[in-house]
Amino acid sequence: MIGQLIIEGLAIGACYGLFGIAVVIIYKTSEVVNFAQGEMAMMSTFVAYHILTYYHYPFWAAYLLTMVFAALLGIAVEFIFLRPAKNPNLLGLIVITLGAEMLLMGLASWKWGAEQKEFTLPFSTLNTYEPFKGLIINEWSMAVFAAAAILMIILFLFFRYTKLGVAMRATQQNQHAAKIMGVRVERVFSLAWGFSSFIGATAAMFFAGRATLDPAYMMEPFMRAFAAAVLGGLMSIPGVVIGGELLGLIENFFGYAWPEWKPIVAFVVIVLVLCVRPSGLFGKHYVKKV
Amino acid sequence: MDRKRNYYEDIQLFESGVVLSWTLALLAFLFTLPLYIPSYYMFLLSLIMVHVIMAVGLNILMGYTGQISLGHAGFFAIGAYATALLMSKLGLPFFLALPLAGFLAAFFGFILGLPALRLEGPYLAIASMGFGLTIMHIIGRWEVFGGRMGIHAPPLDLGLPQWGFSWVLDTDRGKYYLILIIAIFMVVAARNILRTRVGRSFVAIRDSDIAAEVIGINLTFYKTLSFMVSAFYTGIAGGLFGFVLGFFDPFTFTMILSIIFLVMVVVGGLGSIMGSIAGAALITYLQYSLLKNMAEKPVIGDLLVSISKKWFTVIGLENFNSIILGLIMLGIIIFEPLGIFGIWIRMKKYWKTWPF
Repeated sequence: MIGQLIIEGLAIGACYGLFGIAVVIIYKTSEVVNFAQGEMAMMSTFVAYHILTYYHYPFWAAYLLTMVFAALLGIAVEFIFLRPAKNPNLLGLIVITLGAEMLLMGLASWKWGAEQKEFTLPFSTLNTYEPFKGLIINEWSMAVFAAAAILMIILFLFFRYTKLGVAMRATQQNQHAAKIMGVRVERVFSLAWGFSSFIGATAAMFFAGRATLDPAYMMEPFMRAFAAAVLGGLMSIPGVVIGGELLGLIENFFGYAWPEWKPIVAFVVIVLVLCVRPSGLFGKHYVKKV
Repeated sequence: MDRKRNYYEDIQLFESGVVLSWTLALLAFLFTLPLYIPSYYMFLLSLIMVHVIMAVGLNILMGYTGQISLGHAGFFAIGAYATALLMSKLGLPFFLALPLAGFLAAFFGFILGLPALRLEGPYLAIASMGFGLTIMHIIGRWEVFGGRMGIHAPPLDLGLPQWGFSWVLDTDRGKYYLILIIAIFMVVAARNILRTRVGRSFVAIRDSDIAAEVIGINLTFYKTLSFMVSAFYTGIAGGLFGFVLGFFDPFTFTMILSIIFLVMVVVGGLGSIMGSIAGAALITYLQYSLLKNMAEKPVIGDLLVSISKKWFTVIGLENFNSIILGLIMLGIIIFEPLGIFGIWIRMKKYWKTWPF
């Protein structure tokens, strides 16, 4: 039983971590907390749903098309909404992303209606395997683990060896110095948004495969993933995955003991952690210089 | 333009005689408003007044102290439920239950203010968001609060029903006058708080908390105090909101409501009481009247329905208000970060120096 709880906690935690990575990539490069992340991913998942139900494409073709859409959506949101704002402060940025969230949610529910829909992934939660005695793992969890692992490796290589990855790290460390060294900071921001939207859409498809699809379905997972990101310190990609796994485990064990309080345990954990370590578990404590 | 010439001007209740006379004119207009508009608008007006109280409270926190809260729907819910339950279960009179509910909300504001001392920016946003969601879930789970079914607000009795003296306000017009009087009282109180030592400390914390601490402002005390004052205002507004609605359930107080509250303050203008009033009025009107039932609107309705039939779904048209709200939020930050207050300042400047 305990093993089962751990496996399921880790699986959902990996999903939170995956989505948290999307939040962290944007925060790392441009120091914007993207509250529209969930709705951007929701919109992309709806596009995938639309392609699958109305055009009957095979899943992987639909996935590729959706990923192109997701990346373009991310770039578009950055280009249309964030770039024209002149030196917005932190609250301004939060309001912009919340505004984008409301806008996308309104558009999606106008286009597809507010009722819940089935979204079928090729990996079902019903197909299960039993590698060890008493330890059942379903296809969905395996796919999540695989996706998270592959993505972590790709991201590691990307940030270490590619020109764009190095430019992103440079932008994060010092925007002005990066600009002097010839990095087109604005373009880096756009690409970071596109990249993050792509990762978010992948995670959102996993969430949709587990539950149902409706315009508000990403709100709760977004907040959990955000909480995981905060737990990990909002800055480090391994940190957010560990934060996601911790959150998934805590939530699953807590949910087993007191099922009715499961939805709020994430936030209680976050507030407690933040009281002890205000920059998250793995974030460097930020000291303000006067 | 409007340079302050002495310190006394900083602590005046009204900036000038002109402002005073216009404020009085506005008050006279608000008090006589039921005479010239149809009575079905009374509900909307009461709602606007409730949101004015809330927006002023949230502005004390966000505009004057510089903290972020995405959990004010939680305080709103505490106010609504506490007022209704204190009156119906414990039989307290209204004028006692409402402030008690406000103080209960302030107590929760104190609790949220404690972690907020160490948090800033995105961390504070997520903590307050979690607070709002937690409150919603707790209310939804506990049977005392009516669970998911929601509860009915008791009759709005201004007297002491136990002692045989009762004065029930059951018309929308009566409720409007009650809420208007409370709103005026609360707004004047906010203005008064902000021009005292406490208010100036809030502003100092907003501008630079380190500098504020250096000149001897107790950050712990004033930050939590700001959360408490803001929560108190929101609690009072929530208590009145319950009577305006008559019936409410936990899903009335979702995170979307917190976002709408934030929009009211930002659209009105951070750090401006008059801006909050204008922002609350505008957003409430848009959200609860103008953008409801878009399909039945005279000119634009048919157009929207035909667009919906062609590219979207007609059933989804009811979510149109969310699109407009999003566009307002984006537009205000991109074009006028100071909101309605900023537009007003610009207009004033333009006409003062006209034709130059």
